[in-house]
Amino acid sequence: MEQQNVYFVDGVRTPFGKAGEKGVYWNTRADDLVVKAMIGLLDRHPDLDRAAIDDVAVAATTQTGDQGLTIGRTSAILAGLPQSVPGYAIDRMCAGAMTAVTTTASAIGIGAYDIALAGGVEHMGRHPMGFDADPNPRFLSEKLVNPEALNMGNTAEKIHDRYPQLTKERADAFAVGSQQKAAKAYQDNKIQPDLVPVSAGSESGWSLVTKDELMRSESTLEGMKDLKTPFRPHGKVTAGNASPLTDGATVSLLAGERALKKHGLKPKMKLVSFAFAGVEPEIMGIGPIPATEKALEKAGLTIDDIGLFEINEAFAVQVLSFLDHFGIADDDARVNKYGGAIAFGHPLASSGVRLMTQLAKQFEEDNSVRYGLTTMCIGLGMGGTVIWENMNWKGN
Amino acid sequence: MERFQPLLTDDTEVITNSYVSDVTLGSGKTLALITLDNGKDHTRPNTLGPQTLLQFAATLDELKQRATNKEIHAVAVTGKPYYLAAGADLSKVQQIKARQVGRLIAELGHYALEKLDDLGVPSFVFINGLALGGGLEVALNANYRTVNSAAPAIALPEVFLGLIPGWGGAYLLPNLIGIRNALKVIIENPLKQNRMLKPQEVLELGIADVMFDSPRFLEESLAWADQVLNGKKIKRKNEPGKVEKATVWSPAVAIARKTVQQKLGSVPLSPYAALDLIDAAKSGSKADAFKREDQAIEDLIASDQFRASIYSFNLVQKHAKNPSGAPDKKLAVPVTKVGVLGAGLMASQFALLFLRRLEVPVVITDVSQERIDKGISYIINELDKLVEKGRLSTDDRNRYAGNISGSLDYAAFSDCDWVIEAVFEELKIKQDVFAELEKHVSENCILATNTSSLSVEQIASKLQKPERVVGFHFFNPVAVMPLVEVVRAPKSSDEAVATAMNVAKNLKKTAVITADAAGFVVNRLLGYLLGEAMRAVDEGASFEQVADAIAPLGLPMNPFDLLELVGLKVGAHVLDSMHAFNSDRFYASENLHKLAEYGKLTERDAKGNIKGYDKKAIEIVGNASGKGRSAAEIFDAVNVGLAKEVHLMLQEGVVATAQDIDLSMIMGAAWPFHLGGITPYLDRSGASKQAFGGSFHDPMIIGVRD
Repeated sequence: MEQQNVYFVDGVRTPFGKAGEKGVYWNTRADDLVVKAMIGLLDRHPDLDRAAIDDVAVAATTQTGDQGLTIGRTSAILAGLPQSVPGYAIDRMCAGAMTAVTTTASAIGIGAYDIALAGGVEHMGRHPMGFDADPNPRFLSEKLVNPEALNMGNTAEKIHDRYPQLTKERADAFAVGSQQKAAKAYQDNKIQPDLVPVSAGSESGWSLVTKDELMRSESTLEGMKDLKTPFRPHGKVTAGNASPLTDGATVSLLAGERALKKHGLKPKMKLVSFAFAGVEPEIMGIGPIPATEKALEKAGLTIDDIGLFEINEAFAVQVLSFLDHFGIADDDARVNKYGGAIAFGHPLASSGVRLMTQLAKQFEEDNSVRYGLTTMCIGLGMGGTVIWENMNWKGN
Repeated sequence: MERFQPLLTDDTEVITNSYVSDVTLGSGKTLALITLDNGKDHTRPNTLGPQTLLQFAATLDELKQRATNKEIHAVAVTGKPYYLAAGADLSKVQQIKARQVGRLIAELGHYALEKLDDLGVPSFVFINGLALGGGLEVALNANYRTVNSAAPAIALPEVFLGLIPGWGGAYLLPNLIGIRNALKVIIENPLKQNRMLKPQEVLELGIADVMFDSPRFLEESLAWADQVLNGKKIKRKNEPGKVEKATVWSPAVAIARKTVQQKLGSVPLSPYAALDLIDAAKSGSKADAFKREDQAIEDLIASDQFRASIYSFNLVQKHAKNPSGAPDKKLAVPVTKVGVLGAGLMASQFALLFLRRLEVPVVITDVSQERIDKGISYIINELDKLVEKGRLSTDDRNRYAGNISGSLDYAAFSDCDWVIEAVFEELKIKQDVFAELEKHVSENCILATNTSSLSVEQIASKLQKPERVVGFHFFNPVAVMPLVEVVRAPKSSDEAVATAMNVAKNLKKTAVITADAAGFVVNRLLGYLLGEAMRAVDEGASFEQVADAIAPLGLPMNPFDLLELVGLKVGAHVLDSMHAFNSDRFYASENLHKLAEYGKLTERDAKGNIKGYDKKAIEIVGNASGKGRSAAEIFDAVNVGLAKEVHLMLQEGVVATAQDIDLSMIMGAAWPFHLGGITPYLDRSGASKQAFGGSFHDPMIIGVRD
């Protein structure tokens, strides 16, 4: 085995759909979503020998039913990959796909693998968050975690408690900004090239899903003001400044240096460093802060070296806590340029690769930027960050 | 549409809805996608009944308007998961009482489907799954077709059912894929046990323009449609040109006609109706062609043959799954090990079948180790041949080879749950082996006999527990013939019969329960028919005269051809044993024994088709043409005699119903659908009335009487 650099070659996703009976994917299986994304990704690389793929890692938070049975293996078979290509399932809740990337990337980095597929899927309509979970009673009896830690909305309210300067108004404004940036990105055709259209069945026939279902470009600050605060009376977290429940799948193609040459693959980003970190579970939304500090330290970089940020918007306030910590303005142009999860949705275990795909697209468009990062908060008090180098950077 | 009103009297139609959704294609163009969906689960395919077709037509009318308004640029049709459509809804055709109503079914299909070619924008059908008959004709009426590589079956099976592809198929298909390919799809395949096409063949024949894999079939079909809309050129290499139409077309139809004639005789209507339509498809307008199809459908739906075919189809599809007189399935003894008495060819074939289908250990025995060894090496050799042909994996081969064993000692049968004997067809031998075996087997072990001519009751008579014995009569070749007669002897227990039925089902055979009566069902009727044929020969008629005299019955094989197929010795034996049962009704022929001795009856060409009768055989029977009864008399004797025999069998309780007789003859003797097995034909030909003054079916299974 020989160590090697690891590259993000390509990434795609399905359009994201609204979770639940009224959503476009209500009658579409989770495994079919990830299979369609996988085939869509591989179709973009027709010359890549499928048998050269060393592993397929697919994340899902709720690994039962159509997300069970070791979904990395099932989806590889269903996508028609050679039987010789293995696969496995991964779970780190919201950072599932991110962990699928870092884990397979690690295998590539030490030289065990050369090529891997990494992605994630969450059909939150079929698999509501925490459904059928059976937390150990010691969590509560021994006060290992605050009872509120298992409800993500409550953890977001807690950020408002801890950092009073992060007001509801700031959160709402950030959310409206996310919707507007996403709408603009769509207008400029920044998102669509990396979407794999999905045919979705329903009681009234097939339709073709070609765009994200949940975007609300018409959102205004005014309209946000009076939304319900479902997590506490007179709270601050609303459906407007949080990511909606979503169905969707993502897949990425990773490769080591040797494979780039051998298979003529053109990478978009080089992996610089990554880190995961833990925080108090009841305030999980601040997880990206320590994760990013760790990742920066490992990379020998500072926050000032980062030219583009893709931060998963589980909640607006949780993004704001990150920005405040690093002294970045709420509306800094480097942050979530194409909008984020508040607009597109957040199908838990699949979101990590969406961040990377969007960062790669921004890299492609801006050769002045050398480094960017993707980061996200994770249930039960964690954060994850991956730092990437732009292959299109003019200094290269 | 007022004129289709007579079709709308039925309010129980399961309607397949036409749902429309607009799809924005990559190029920005809009395609209106129609999904055919009957709202039922995967066990209930889409079917195309009158209300379904009217809704489809109305949907296409609306889309045509939208195309005129430039709101849409294309129309596509696909189906619910796994199905495009399984064809016209034929569940009510048996009730059609007027020719005109039958014609309307064709007219309505044409009316609705033809709109796919008149939308003002291109039409596509994405064949996502099963597409049979009218389902495939939906696709043929459109401008372009894609096919899912995972579609389970695609076919025009109409001729198999006594119909013709009458919603445009008989005209559109040959004009799309050429005359030879169309003959294969419309004529040859339906007559080969209703063979279906695989998606790859659909592509190669040129029925579909392109094939996509199932996971993204619809997405890729839509993207392809987009390319076509934006100028992609589609090549159809099999589309017939002027030269093909002028030169090879009619000769190809003539050859096909001759083949059908050789295979089926001239009695069945639908293959010839289809051949006429296909022949005519080479010229003239589509409108005229569709009118010809309307007329053919009208004629066929009104025909006796079609009604009998539907009856037969339902027998095979439904009655076969619910056999008359079957005891509670729960009484069946689970079979975990099988014993076969005998290691001869028949016994070895049994062992092979049990190994492959039941996947349990099988032990065989015979009178000498040498014979056992020979049997086992035959079985292993057959398994190896299957591996060579790619029909068996080496893992399964090893599993089955490991499951076969032989022993001279009956102790090896002690843990068998089911033992079948295939020893020499002699009562005492069978009685003795069963009596000896019984000392070794467990209390609950079921003993089955494959006897074709002995009394099951007598075979069991020397046993401590005669109730454990049941007849289990296979037909040759064992692996191919789909029927087993399960013989319930007077003392057979419900457990024994239930076990036999379950074993038959697991062997993937159709089982009919019969009483312990000579010849059971199939050999009794074949014995009668062949006996009458030989009687006529012995009286002095030539083989040709006899064959011609019986030909109007419409059996696919003449009696002498059949005798050679089953083996002249076997035939002579069947006739003898039926004659022994009743010498008045069943004829036994000394000449047949002589022919068996000589070994040959016919002369055949290289393909096995009969060229004529063997000179020596003619000499043996010593007949000269012109003697004996007239053709009409011979035919009548057969026809009325069969009706009498069937009537007697029902009176004697050999089987529970006429349906059981028909199912047995269809599955055990390959008697054709258009006869309904036999009883619908005996009724409609007047034989039943002559034989016993009544009919087997009330009302009779007949078409429209003008």
